[in-house]
Amino acid sequence: MELLANILISAMIAATPLLFAAIGELVAERSGVLNLSVEGMMIVGAIAGFSTVIATKSVLLALAAAIASGAVMAALFGVLALTLRANQVASGLALSMFGLGLSALWGQGYSGLSAPAFPRLFVPGLSDIPFLGKLLFGQDGLIYLSLTMVAAVAWVLDRTRLGLIVRAIGENHDAAHAIGYRVVALRYLALMFGGAMAGLGGAYLSLVQTPLWVERMTAGRGWIALALVAFAAWRPWRVLLGAYLFGGITILQLHSQALGVKIDAQLLSMLPYLATIVVLVVISRDVVKVKLTAPQCLGKPFHAAD
Amino acid sequence: MLRLEPRREPSRIMFYVTPFLAIGLTLVAGIVLFAALDKPPLPAMRLIFIEPLTSLRGVAELLVKGTPLILIAIGLAISFRGGVWNIGAEGQFAIGALAGGTVALAFYPTTGWWLLPLMSLAGMAGGAAWAAIPALLRTRFNANEILVSLMLVYVAVLLLSSLVHGALRDPDGLNFPESRLFQTSLPILIEGTRAHVGFLVGLVAVLLSWILLERHVLGFKIKVLGQAPRAARYGGFSEKGLIWFCFLVSGGCAGLAGLFEAAGPVGQLVPALPSGYGFTAIVVAFLGRLNPLGVLLAGLLLALTSIGGETAQIAMSLPSATTAVFQGMLLFFLLAADVLVNYRPRWIAQRSAAADPLARSEAPVGTMQRLPIP
Amino acid sequence: MRASRLAKLVAGSAVAGLMALVGWAAHAQTKPKVSFVYVGPIGDHGWSYQHHQGLQALKAEFGDKIDTNYVENVPEGPDAERVIDQLAASGSSIIFTTSFGFMNPTIKVAARYANVKFEHATGFKQAPNVATYNARFYEGRHVIGLIAGKMTKTNTVGYIASFPIPEVVMGINSAYLAAKSVNPNIKFKIVWVSTWFDPGKETDAAKALVDQGADILMQHTDSPAAMKFAEEKGIYAFGQASDMASFGPNAQLTSIVDNWRPYYIRRVKALLEGTWQTSDTWDGIKQGTVSLAPWSRKLPADVVKLAETARDGIAAGTLHPFTGPINKQDGSPWLKEGEKASDKDLLSMNFYVAGIEGALPK
Repeated sequence: MELLANILISAMIAATPLLFAAIGELVAERSGVLNLSVEGMMIVGAIAGFSTVIATKSVLLALAAAIASGAVMAALFGVLALTLRANQVASGLALSMFGLGLSALWGQGYSGLSAPAFPRLFVPGLSDIPFLGKLLFGQDGLIYLSLTMVAAVAWVLDRTRLGLIVRAIGENHDAAHAIGYRVVALRYLALMFGGAMAGLGGAYLSLVQTPLWVERMTAGRGWIALALVAFAAWRPWRVLLGAYLFGGITILQLHSQALGVKIDAQLLSMLPYLATIVVLVVISRDVVKVKLTAPQCLGKPFHAAD
Repeated sequence: MLRLEPRREPSRIMFYVTPFLAIGLTLVAGIVLFAALDKPPLPAMRLIFIEPLTSLRGVAELLVKGTPLILIAIGLAISFRGGVWNIGAEGQFAIGALAGGTVALAFYPTTGWWLLPLMSLAGMAGGAAWAAIPALLRTRFNANEILVSLMLVYVAVLLLSSLVHGALRDPDGLNFPESRLFQTSLPILIEGTRAHVGFLVGLVAVLLSWILLERHVLGFKIKVLGQAPRAARYGGFSEKGLIWFCFLVSGGCAGLAGLFEAAGPVGQLVPALPSGYGFTAIVVAFLGRLNPLGVLLAGLLLALTSIGGETAQIAMSLPSATTAVFQGMLLFFLLAADVLVNYRPRWIAQRSAAADPLARSEAPVGTMQRLPIP
Repeated sequence: MRASRLAKLVAGSAVAGLMALVGWAAHAQTKPKVSFVYVGPIGDHGWSYQHHQGLQALKAEFGDKIDTNYVENVPEGPDAERVIDQLAASGSSIIFTTSFGFMNPTIKVAARYANVKFEHATGFKQAPNVATYNARFYEGRHVIGLIAGKMTKTNTVGYIASFPIPEVVMGINSAYLAAKSVNPNIKFKIVWVSTWFDPGKETDAAKALVDQGADILMQHTDSPAAMKFAEEKGIYAFGQASDMASFGPNAQLTSIVDNWRPYYIRRVKALLEGTWQTSDTWDGIKQGTVSLAPWSRKLPADVVKLAETARDGIAAGTLHPFTGPINKQDGSPWLKEGEKASDKDLLSMNFYVAGIEGALPK
């Protein structure tokens, strides 16, 4: 029971950076923008958060810095892809490379340092309940924030006027523009929300999961986050499911090794990726269902004089 | 305020000028960057852009570095023209090297004139087969090819690594994770350098793809599929057939590029063989405006700045991050400047957006701007 | 028309600018230049960082008698040969290539530059102008194995491993045999993460091991993530490659430190004196290439004594971590009573010794 709780907690922690980045990217994509630079935004967020916590000792300021730097990176992408109408795939890849380089440059001198431990939630009484208590009430605040963000994004997209508009510009930007919505401005906002969340995901890595800075520490998580969005068919709650599934498989893989299960470690490492493909095939078979959720204008350039 | 107005047709002048404009802007930004880092900026620029071109060795290395980029990007350009978003070239590259390399190792130590062609065929087949997976899943199950091909990159890299640590490991190599050195290698183009015939194959690929895209009905169909999938359907083209074609061609090119790396500069299979060419090639394809000749130039430019970046690193003790940032800026400006081909910047007085008669997205959209609808 | 003139102007000035830059010439090199090629960033706080410490030591030792330069983040793929070639072409006198994957590129380049000396770390191919060097890290693993055997309360050691190459397998076996010798109930739980460097994954592996009962962590991956995790959990761990005490002031019991300084100084001195010759060096604790970070204050006196005795024994040559009788995992005999493992056996080691559970990945 104790072991199971621990495995679940580890899975949640492994999933959280993915969840932040993916839920942000989901919003950007629902507004019709495909931003492939998630990896770059995450790693810049990671160093921004880390360098700030070293300088100020304030976790809140660090998170703010991560959020801001992620949003700035996203805005840069916006300048390229929205204002200057460069191809989105290429812009995303280019900014990803830029982000990796920038973070390495920024991070020089921070490599030997370590951040203070991140505060954990502790609810007297509740956190002491066996199994559930630890699972539900003993985590760091950002895990709860990530879950809150999923709920908030789901609510905003499905239940509010703002969400309706965001979806509308993602579905048909010409029509949305004709009605009078400011397509480009709204897409900037959606993008920057995505960047902010990616920055937060990066900061989760450098402040909570492994509280230190090392170059390239995101190690491909931005790409996984991108995959999760499509895996989830652009639905917030499915992003949550996907992220936790992915985290779960990663952790189970390590546990099964420690238990002495005889499987090739590298083949085991392929599991999460193969699982994503399989699930993707299963959910995509229903053409109509996918069409209902995939933003129709995703990645298409939009021009209007606004 | 500054406003972008769509041109009636793409500007031919801007078409040629923007790359120079972008390079000029990068020079300026680079000078600022290096000055900020307390490194002499002008020599740095010279090291990056000029130095590699001043020696035979540098030029040869330019061809070595450019070959895989060009070969992969050519395949991708065809594929992207058709609106087929194969972004898993890195994985197809790895599997191509693996398949071709396995052929060499299977015949070890036998060799002959037939071996290299056989390896190349296997490399192409391997890359195409790996690309066939997203093709099948897209055409049969409607699965998003961006996602599937991306996921398969990780699987391919792990597979290569796993086999090189295991079955394909050099039996005389003290169990280190690398295969034997191949018994054959690509013929060298320039004596005393590493430039190999792969570059010529790359040039042939450029030519063939130009004929395909500009002179052949199949290329026409691919472009229609990319720009107006619905029209393609009504036109009676086999959408699935074209998707398969795009995937197989781009996968085959990437696979061949992988084999060339393994059988050329490296000479064996190593886990680190896939070192990012597949992703960089995507940027190359777009910088080249999905046009074969453009891809050739863009591939060489990126190769130049990579090699120049290394030169600068060595000569000035720069951290490698500096060149990464510099290259990122170059890509940024190149992509940004392209806007001038299709749009005209205009300084105009404040005007209400809704009243603007041009405010519709009927703007001419160049092929390079059509994009991924999963 | 205006546009075209503008175009010409822009193109023209860009070309002119470039031409002007061509005039710049690099400074001529007169002093011997010592170059390093690193596989990772010098900020990795592990493998490449330690080699870079060696470079710094050279600067301090030889001052303005030599020039130094380095290239970091060089992938072990097709780019490696070009970087090494470029260093050779640009006037380096001696080039240290510090990762196994640089072996064949180094050999190839060396064949083209007979006057340049090459030193390749961890490989096994030599040439008249290519020497190889490595460190007997397994000696350090023996010492930390002893400490782990004594300090564990759960009798379970967690081991984060990268790839099943001889180097890593040797380390596991060495640590296990040592731990077993002082604690017959010891168990090793081993997780292969298939990466040298992924802090997140290393942390996840550390967590999995701790969740399954490990109370001491060893690692053969490069980031300090596991150490940081151990600190947070309040358990013990051993550092890898460099002294990681700053990441785990309470957690680190000691660390196996790669100290390349003595070797680098020796070789560059030989170069300056004109006595450089190719060689195959495998130094260990005795020569100082493998050293142990200062003992943690948490270590009881008797454990410190045990560890120091072993360390000094290895240095003196009276103790060899692989001394028979030792059987392989499958029960077949490997070393007879009193027999010591040959270097060749060690360098191609691809089996677990008897007692280790789980299968060695192939």
